[in-house]
Amino acid sequence: MTQGSPEIERLIELMARLPGLGPRSARRAVLQLIRKRGALLVPLAEAMQAVAATAQECVNCGNIGTDSLCGICGNAARATGELCIVEDVADLWAMERAHVFKGRYHVLGGTLSALDSVGPEELRIPRLVERIREESISEVILALNATIDGLTTAHYIAEQIEPLGIRVTSLAQGVPIGGELDYLDEGTITAALRARRAL
Amino acid sequence: MAGLAVTSLSLSHFRSHRSARVAADTRPVAIFGPNGSGKTNLLEALSLLSPGRGLRRATAVEMARLPESIGWKIAATVAGPHGPHEIATWSEGGAARQVAIDDKAATQVALGRILQVLWLVPAMDRLWTEGAEGRRRFLDRMVMSFEPSHAEAVLTYEKAMRERNRLLKDQRRDPAWYAALEAQMARAGAQIQSGRERSLARIARAQEGAGTATFPAADLALSDPEGRPAPEDAGALAEALAAGRRRDLAAGRTLTGPHRADLEATFAAKGIPARACSTGEQKALLLSLVLSNARALAEDTGASPILLLDEVAAHLDADRRRALHAEILALGAQAWMTGTGAELFADLGPRARRLQVSDSAGTSVVTTLDE
Ligand SMILES: Nc1ncnc2c1ncn2[C@@H]1O[C@H](COP(=O)(O)OP(=O)(O)OP(=O)(O)O)[C@@H](O)[C@H]1O
Ligand SMILES: [Mg+2]
Ligand SMILES: [Zn+2]
Repeated sequence: MTQGSPEIERLIELMARLPGLGPRSARRAVLQLIRKRGALLVPLAEAMQAVAATAQECVNCGNIGTDSLCGICGNAARATGELCIVEDVADLWAMERAHVFKGRYHVLGGTLSALDSVGPEELRIPRLVERIREESISEVILALNATIDGLTTAHYIAEQIEPLGIRVTSLAQGVPIGGELDYLDEGTITAALRARRAL
Repeated sequence: MAGLAVTSLSLSHFRSHRSARVAADTRPVAIFGPNGSGKTNLLEALSLLSPGRGLRRATAVEMARLPESIGWKIAATVAGPHGPHEIATWSEGGAARQVAIDDKAATQVALGRILQVLWLVPAMDRLWTEGAEGRRRFLDRMVMSFEPSHAEAVLTYEKAMRERNRLLKDQRRDPAWYAALEAQMARAGAQIQSGRERSLARIARAQEGAGTATFPAADLALSDPEGRPAPEDAGALAEALAAGRRRDLAAGRTLTGPHRADLEATFAAKGIPARACSTGEQKALLLSLVLSNARALAEDTGASPILLLDEVAAHLDADRRRALHAEILALGAQAWMTGTGAELFADLGPRARRLQVSDSAGTSVVTTLDE
C-alpha cells in the first residue's frame, strides 16, 4: 500500500485499467515511473497531454491520428488503388507493422450484428462505397476476422461493392478461426496478404 | 477392448459435493446411496468432461455449491488410446465454464476430441412423447460423439440464425444482410444435415442383428415438420432460406432449416412408432440406442465411450439388468451407474467398482467400498 497518498493510488488505479496490466503490474509500473521521474514520468505526462489534446479519428478512413486526415490518407503515394478493410484501428496498426501493404485502409469500427444493433450505417459502409468511386479504387481487400460476425460482414460488403465491378479479395486465412489480426505476427500477416484470393 | 476411462475425479464445491475424490480403473462403477445423497450430481460432473451444459443442461451458477456459491471445479485424469490427459473445468464468479486440457486453456469442443461421454437420465424417459427439441439434442449429441466438429457447425448455425431472427423481428428488409447470414447458415446447415445422416446410418449398422428383447432395435429417420424433403446441399438450403424470407418476416423467426428437423424412431420388431410404445419399451429403445452408439464408437475409434446411466438399473427386472451388465462388460465400457441400493449391482461382483454416497449435514460423502 502507498499509505496515505491518494494521488499515487489514483494513478495506480487508472494504470490498472489498461489492457495487459493488473493491479500488481500497475503498482510496479508506477513505482518505476516515479523513480525515473525526469527520464520517463515527465515526458510520459507531456506526451499524454499532447495526444489527449489532438487525437482524433480520420474523417476519411477512421484511423486514429492527430489531424482530421490521417498520415495514410494524406499521403499521395498510398493512393495505389488498393483499399484494405479492417474491423478495428488495432487491426490497421497490425497491418502497418508488417510493412507489406502499400495502399489505404477503411476502418469499419466493428462487425455487423443485429443482436448488438450494429447495422451497415454504424460501420461506415455507405462511406466505403463513396470512397471506392472518389479514390478510383481497383481492388478491395477484406481483412476481417474469421468469426461468424466477421464473415457475415465480409459477405455483406462483397455484395455491396459487387455492382461496382472491382476486384474483391480476402486475406488468405492461415489464420485460426476467430484469430484476430492484431494478435498475428508480421510474417503471418505478410503471407496472408500475398496469398489473398478472390471472394 | 481397451476403453476410455476416468481414472481419477475430484470435485470441489460442485452442487452437494464440497470436496470429493474418486479413483477408478477401467471397470464399470456402481454408485449407490439414498435419495438426495449426491449420486446424480457425481454423474453430472462427469458429463461436463464433454462439450455443452452437462446432463441437466444447467448453468454454471446453478452448479455452484450452496450456500457458499464461490464457484466450482472438476478435475479428472482420463486414460484412453491416446494416452492419459488431465482435464479441468471450472467456473468462477458466475462466469461461463472454462476448460483446460493438460494445463493449457482449451475450448469445450476440444474435449470431444479426447473423450466421448454418452448418458441416459430419467428426464429422457419422455423423449419420444415431448417436443422435437429434446430429440434433436439427443440426435446432435450422438452426431458429436462420432464427429466432434459437429458442435462447431451447430454453434455457427445457431449464432447466424439468432442474428437472422433478430432482423426478422426488427422487420429489417436489407437483402444483402439476409444473404450474408443465410450463406453462413447454409454452409453450417448442410454440414449439420449430412452429419446427422451419416450418424443415423452408422447407428443403423451398429444395430444390425443386435436387436434383442432387452435391447430392441429402433429404425431412426429424420423428418421435417412440414414434410418437405431436406435441401440437398448448401446451395439448396441458401435458396430455401432466401425464398422463405417473406414468410419468416411474418412469423418473426426462421421456419426452414435443420433446426426444425425431428428424429423419428420406430420399434423395429413391431413397426410401432416410439411415442406409441409402452413406458418400458420406450426406455428400452433409448437404452438400446445408447448402447448401439457406444458399440459403433468402440468399433470406429478402438475405445468404448464413457457411459453415464442414471437410475437405469431400477427400471429393469433382474434378467434385463443382468443382460445390461453383460453388454457393458462385453463393450469394455466404463459405465457409471446409479441406484438406491447395492443389491441392484450384486451380479457384477468384483467386475465393478462400488461407490457409496451418503449425505452428512448437507454435504455428500463418497466412499469407495472395495478397491
Ligand atoms: N447447487 C447446489 N448446492 C448444494 N446442494 C445442491 C445443489 N444443487 C443440488 N443440490 C442438492 O444435492 C443433493 C443431491 O442431489 P442428487 O440429484 O445428486 O441426488 P441423488 O443421490 O441422485 O438422489 P436420487 O436418488 O433422489 O436421484 C440434493 O439434496 C440437492 O438438493
Ligand atoms: Mg439421482
Ligand atoms: Zn485516414
